[in-house]
Amino acid sequence: MSAPATGSPVAGASGAAAMDEHRPSVWRAALGMARTRVGIALAGLLGLVALVGPWLAPFGEQEFVDMPSTRDVPGTLLGTDYFGQDVLSRFLYGGRSILVLALAATALGVAMGSSLGMYAAYRRGRVDEAIMRALDVILSFPQVLLSLVVITMFGASAWLIVGTVALSTTPRVARIVRGAAISVVERDFIAAADALGEPRPRIVFAEILPNVAASVLVEANLRLTYAIGLIASLAFLGFTPNPNAANWGLMVQENRSSLAEQPWGTLLPTLAIALLTIGTGLIGDGLARATAGIDRGRAQD
Amino acid sequence: MVGERSGSTGGLVIEGLRVDVEATGHAVVDEVSLRVPAGRVLGLVGESGSGKTTVGLAVLGHARRGVRIARGEVRCAEVDVLALDDAGRRALRGGRVSYVPQDPASALNPALRIGVQLREVLEAHDFGGSSAAREARLAEMMAEVMLPGDADYLARYPHQLSGGQQQRVGLAMAFACRPSVLVLDEPTTGLDVSTQAHVLETVRDLTRRHGVAALYITHDLAVVADLADDVAVMYAGRIVERGTVRGIFAAPSHPYTRQLVAAAPDIAGKERIVGLVGRAPAPGRRPVGCAFAPRCSLATDECRAAFPPVVSVAADHEARCIHARPGALARPPLGASAAREEGNVTLSVEGLSASYTGVQVVHDVSFEVSRGECLAIVGESGSGKTTVSRCIGGLHKEWVGTVRLGWATLERDARRRALQQRLGIQYVFQNPYGSLNPRRTVGATIRRPLVLAGVDDATADRTVAETLERVALTASYANRYPDQLSGGERQRVAIARALAHRPDVLVCDEITSALDVVVQAAIVELLAALRRDLGLSMLFVTHNLPLVRSIADSVVVMSEGRIVERGSAARVIDAQQEEYTRRLISDTPSIVRALA
Repeated sequence: MSAPATGSPVAGASGAAAMDEHRPSVWRAALGMARTRVGIALAGLLGLVALVGPWLAPFGEQEFVDMPSTRDVPGTLLGTDYFGQDVLSRFLYGGRSILVLALAATALGVAMGSSLGMYAAYRRGRVDEAIMRALDVILSFPQVLLSLVVITMFGASAWLIVGTVALSTTPRVARIVRGAAISVVERDFIAAADALGEPRPRIVFAEILPNVAASVLVEANLRLTYAIGLIASLAFLGFTPNPNAANWGLMVQENRSSLAEQPWGTLLPTLAIALLTIGTGLIGDGLARATAGIDRGRAQD
Repeated sequence: MVGERSGSTGGLVIEGLRVDVEATGHAVVDEVSLRVPAGRVLGLVGESGSGKTTVGLAVLGHARRGVRIARGEVRCAEVDVLALDDAGRRALRGGRVSYVPQDPASALNPALRIGVQLREVLEAHDFGGSSAAREARLAEMMAEVMLPGDADYLARYPHQLSGGQQQRVGLAMAFACRPSVLVLDEPTTGLDVSTQAHVLETVRDLTRRHGVAALYITHDLAVVADLADDVAVMYAGRIVERGTVRGIFAAPSHPYTRQLVAAAPDIAGKERIVGLVGRAPAPGRRPVGCAFAPRCSLATDECRAAFPPVVSVAADHEARCIHARPGALARPPLGASAAREEGNVTLSVEGLSASYTGVQVVHDVSFEVSRGECLAIVGESGSGKTTVSRCIGGLHKEWVGTVRLGWATLERDARRRALQQRLGIQYVFQNPYGSLNPRRTVGATIRRPLVLAGVDDATADRTVAETLERVALTASYANRYPDQLSGGERQRVAIARALAHRPDVLVCDEITSALDVVVQAAIVELLAALRRDLGLSMLFVTHNLPLVRSIADSVVVMSEGRIVERGSAARVIDAQQEEYTRRLISDTPSIVRALA
């Protein structure tokens, strides 16, 4: 079983399959693509702003600086917002909660979704049907609506936002991961584990998961992109854990009426959210291409 | 369409063909020269990766993605194929040169009726010049391959045909425009022996009748002995020996050919098969001298210095080896295994009936396996043999009957069986490419049964190393991943996993069918040694009747879910009682019978 170029079609096919399995990591292949690097640069920059921003802010998060919605205020770079607070400082404070909530929601959603998806694929039959149809029910609610219903009922606590966004992510991840796991489950090493009587959780996490890790990674990235958008949208609609705290989504809403006089208050957070989602989206796209083997052969051999 | 087809001008000539990997310039095949006169069949044999298919595709002027035809000459009925432009080659393919691929199911378009696909070939080459002539040819073609040519049949989709019928449609397509040269790439792999016999008969008949020069690519030596006139043996991209069927099989001269012939199980043979470990080097890793030298017992420094020149062994028989000497390898005669302990029953199956979603596929099957015995379950695809083995292994749950391991009656589902019972019956799967987790090292894979059995770490480490050595690998393999291993090595690892916790019964499900013939023989030798040394009982499920002779004490022949014949291996193969078994054996190609 050598290079795919030799031998019978059988040898070629298995050789290619072996090569897929032996790829050092999807990450390395993805890093070879310009889109991934641009994505990492964008997401990395915005992520850094969101995380480190509060320490760099020239003014406090809720500090009154000058007249509201003024562009040229001495001592500030971008002027003041609708409440007379420093736009740059609000901006630097406002990314952290979105990013943290989005990361937490994605992690939770992907963990639940991929576990359910793999388990459904492994068990097949009635268990599979029960899990997937139950998830379809969640899927039938529009994502934003699901979060809005729950949050308007119980209030916008951080955990509730994370929980509802994770819940709306779960069925989507489960579907993709189940699809990837189905072809793994049919392979004989799963039957071998069954015949040995390996515990089922072990089969799911030790036998199946390493073989669908690439799909999970791609899906996690895509879901992070959506989670950022969704959590920013919720904030725009006023659903944030702390309505006085700086938040990119909320900033857009607060300052949009003074767009003409003071565009920075709206423009800056909009741009940040857009670039952050484009960045994570590009990373996800690069990973997906690396997994699917698109562009393969350009860098190979 | 095709004018000249007389003996001297037609046929296929390949001269000094070299095909390279585009990116690196390493040769995939090199110095390939072959001649197939019109009306004759040349069998091109070699293990997977030897470059057989690459040569076959080059005859059509085609190279797979990533490789290119670097130099050489290919002439099909006096047409210089490699000098043609793309349009010229397209006109050539399906017209003057035809190709029959390995897997008919994937070669036919599943969405088009077979009549449409057959007419397409004729229309593409504007055969006969009129649609009436093409319809006449279509009817003729179907008759030639012994398929009904009525409108109802032609309106079928490929999935409505059996594998053998699909392959005959493929042959009809290949013969449609009366080609001068035909390339057949393992066209009977995956077909049952009776279907294979029909397809081979069709190929033989059509090539002789129409004076077609056929290149028959295969790894199955018995098929070559049965069908071909001449044989060329490939190893690591080069032709190492060439001669007539009789010359090659009666007096193999290259050490590799000798190993190949010695490794081929034969239904009429009286000798044990002999295997060879190691694998052929991949392009780019081939040594300067003879590529077989690292595995060759006769190799000298001279072999490693330069690739040997062509040595004439006899009239029309040449080999590329400085130590070439005609004569088959001496092999020990077949004999009964001493390992079997009559009366000490390890595994017994009584009244086993199994179904898939309510459809019964196995009917009332009973047999016993003694300690140290190897029982072969033989049958064609769909006979239910694998289902029986999966029921015993606890992988298939829809069955009734009694399966006992020692005195204990086993539950249907492996999960409901006691740990000792699960470890007592170990299953080795058909495909070593699917049975090992690609993300886990060999050592971790072999360790699992030991961990489940509660063996402590130090003992487990030692056992893993010992087991690897028992299957003729070294302890250092424990750190490798499956994709760093060859097919034969993977199957050894799968056997090691099964052996790790000293099972009572090894269930081997077609475990050599994905392996090359010399590797298969080496695995069979390994299994025989394990039985002898460990007193292991074995259930060997296979469709390969010749192999049974070399491995099994007793045989159960299954057909349509029932046992049709049983007895000792020698009795069933040499003095079968049942018509079904007789047909199975007479349809199996044999080197011994072909030479007789």
